[in-house]
Amino acid sequence: MNFIVNILSLGIPFSVALLIASLGEMFNQRAGVFNLGCEGIMAMGAFLGMLVPYSIGQGGPTSGMYNVLGLGLAMVVGALLGIFFAFVVVTFRAPQGIAGIGLQMFGVGTAGTLFRHFIGGTQSVPGIGNFPIPGLSKIPFIGPIFFSHNVLVYLAFLFVPLAWYILFKTPWGLRVRAVGTNPRAADSIGIQVNKVRYQALAVGGALAGLAGAYLSLAQVKMFSDEIIAGRGFIAVALVYFGHWHPVKIMGGALLFSLAQALQLAIQGQGINFPYEFAVMLPYVLVIIVLAFSRESQLLGPTSLGIPFNREKRI
Amino acid sequence: MTKQFRVLYKVTIIILAILAAMLIGSIILMTIGADVFKTYRVILFEPLKTTLQLTEVLIRAIPLTIIALGISVAYRSGIINIGAEGQMAMGILGTTAVALAFPELPKPILLPMAILAGAMAGGVWGFIPGILRAKLQVSELLSTVMLNYIAAQIYTFMLRGPFLDPAELTMGSGTPQSMRLSRGIWLDRFLKGTRLHTGIFFALFLALLIYLLLWKTNYGYKMRAAGASARAARYGGISVTWYLVIAMVISGAFAGMAGAIEIAGVHRRAIEGITGGYGFSGIVVALFGGLHPAGIIPASFFFGLLIVGADMTQRMVGVPANMVNVLQGVIILVIVATKMILADPYLMERVWRKYQGIGKKHVEVEA
Repeated sequence: MNFIVNILSLGIPFSVALLIASLGEMFNQRAGVFNLGCEGIMAMGAFLGMLVPYSIGQGGPTSGMYNVLGLGLAMVVGALLGIFFAFVVVTFRAPQGIAGIGLQMFGVGTAGTLFRHFIGGTQSVPGIGNFPIPGLSKIPFIGPIFFSHNVLVYLAFLFVPLAWYILFKTPWGLRVRAVGTNPRAADSIGIQVNKVRYQALAVGGALAGLAGAYLSLAQVKMFSDEIIAGRGFIAVALVYFGHWHPVKIMGGALLFSLAQALQLAIQGQGINFPYEFAVMLPYVLVIIVLAFSRESQLLGPTSLGIPFNREKRI
Repeated sequence: MTKQFRVLYKVTIIILAILAAMLIGSIILMTIGADVFKTYRVILFEPLKTTLQLTEVLIRAIPLTIIALGISVAYRSGIINIGAEGQMAMGILGTTAVALAFPELPKPILLPMAILAGAMAGGVWGFIPGILRAKLQVSELLSTVMLNYIAAQIYTFMLRGPFLDPAELTMGSGTPQSMRLSRGIWLDRFLKGTRLHTGIFFALFLALLIYLLLWKTNYGYKMRAAGASARAARYGGISVTWYLVIAMVISGAFAGMAGAIEIAGVHRRAIEGITGGYGFSGIVVALFGGLHPAGIIPASFFFGLLIVGADMTQRMVGVPANMVNVLQGVIILVIVATKMILADPYLMERVWRKYQGIGKKHVEVEA
């Protein structure tokens, strides 16, 4: 029983970075843009999130404020990178797959360059501590599993119903879905397709930045070049797996992080298993999941990956 | 629209693209307080100053050429291979396995065998995403990235386990690397005092081979047709999925060969970090070279220059070598955007009208 509680209470915070990034990617893809640069934006977010508390807010009673500032900076720059990507793939209509790889290299490279200049070596930050919810965290089993994490964990799971509400119950969500499904029809009733895509990419970028900052501030509490380790790409895959729906995406993120927690727990039990094979497990899982969810592609936004050109004749 | 205007338009856009790429790079450089002009000067010209540096550039250009050739085959067939990094690692493992298994064989037998093993290992690693895309519609963008991470783990596992140098075990230093490979697979270094090896001729030979394959054979024609328009190709009776798989296998085999050449010519043993981003740089080289062997060769020289130059900036102006990734990323973004701008006839038309408008105003003012 203790073993299960351990896995669950470890797995839930692991899922947060994936969850936030995939929710962002979901908005991108719902609007018809495939953003493979998520990994790069996350790397920038991870660096910037840590930079602020590291450089100006070491220690002191106000360190919490600097953490918030770091998260905010990561989100702002993430949104700017999303807009930059929109400039390339929406305005110039560049092919999204290859442009995404460009953004990924740019983001990871920039984060690495700035990191070496401003921080240098492996430096850790106190980061965001756990905040057990008074009362609720004392409940046996349920308390440690659900109610003794850091604030961002609770927030991330609140994002799920929020994202659902925005996507399915607000006019903006409807516009996002419209430009991703049938941009020409959306255009004919006066929706500015490219503007909505820009907005969706800004939202997606901000969330990817936040996910990155979560990793450096709350999960690992330091920055390294390999901090993202493909989570940005896994987040993109999760959107397919989750059928472009926030709740199913949450399920996917939990599945992945619980698998990771299980692997750590098994190693903790002293079962001899080559470390490298344990590390490659999530990546293998992604390929398997994608191979078995091909029908899901029929459920996706029909204009995913297709740039909108108003002047083009059909 | 006059012909003069068309040429002027295209040249202006290309110049603007180069300036945009350099500007974005400059913003990052200014953020870290570096001297922008000096940094660009060091990256672009410093490696050309001595023969030794120049040969180092060529050594980087060899795997870049081979990988980019493979990527261009895949790209032209309509499938984007970003898994060259992993395919190269698998190629290194294949070559190492053969070299460790048959150290006594004479060079004329062992060297081709080792390179072939590298090509096969890389080819298998390219076949997986190819068949997944063809049969199960798995996006090759995601599967190749995942296979990169998987290959990296297999690579370290092999270097720490089965391939570990016995000397490392007895000395207990534990550096994950294989023992020095048999002389039978060494490529000759033909320029005294440098590491430049005969792999360069092999790379040029492969470039010719790809040119012949893509433009002079039936196979290549069908591949390019499948990439240009899958629907039209299918209508013309070409089995698009089959050519996708073939293209990925070729692409993977080339990345594998790049790995084989790299250890046979430069390292002569499998160590960690050989692939070091070549797989991703290969994508930039392929795009920059216009997906054509004749463009890829100079492009790989240029990016070899960037890689060596970025190493030098670290020592000379204190700009981290990661800067090369920034530049490569920006270059990809700028190339893909520029391509679309150049291919947009409506935009050219609009600019032409504005241009004429400006001309008319001038006339009115003069009158």
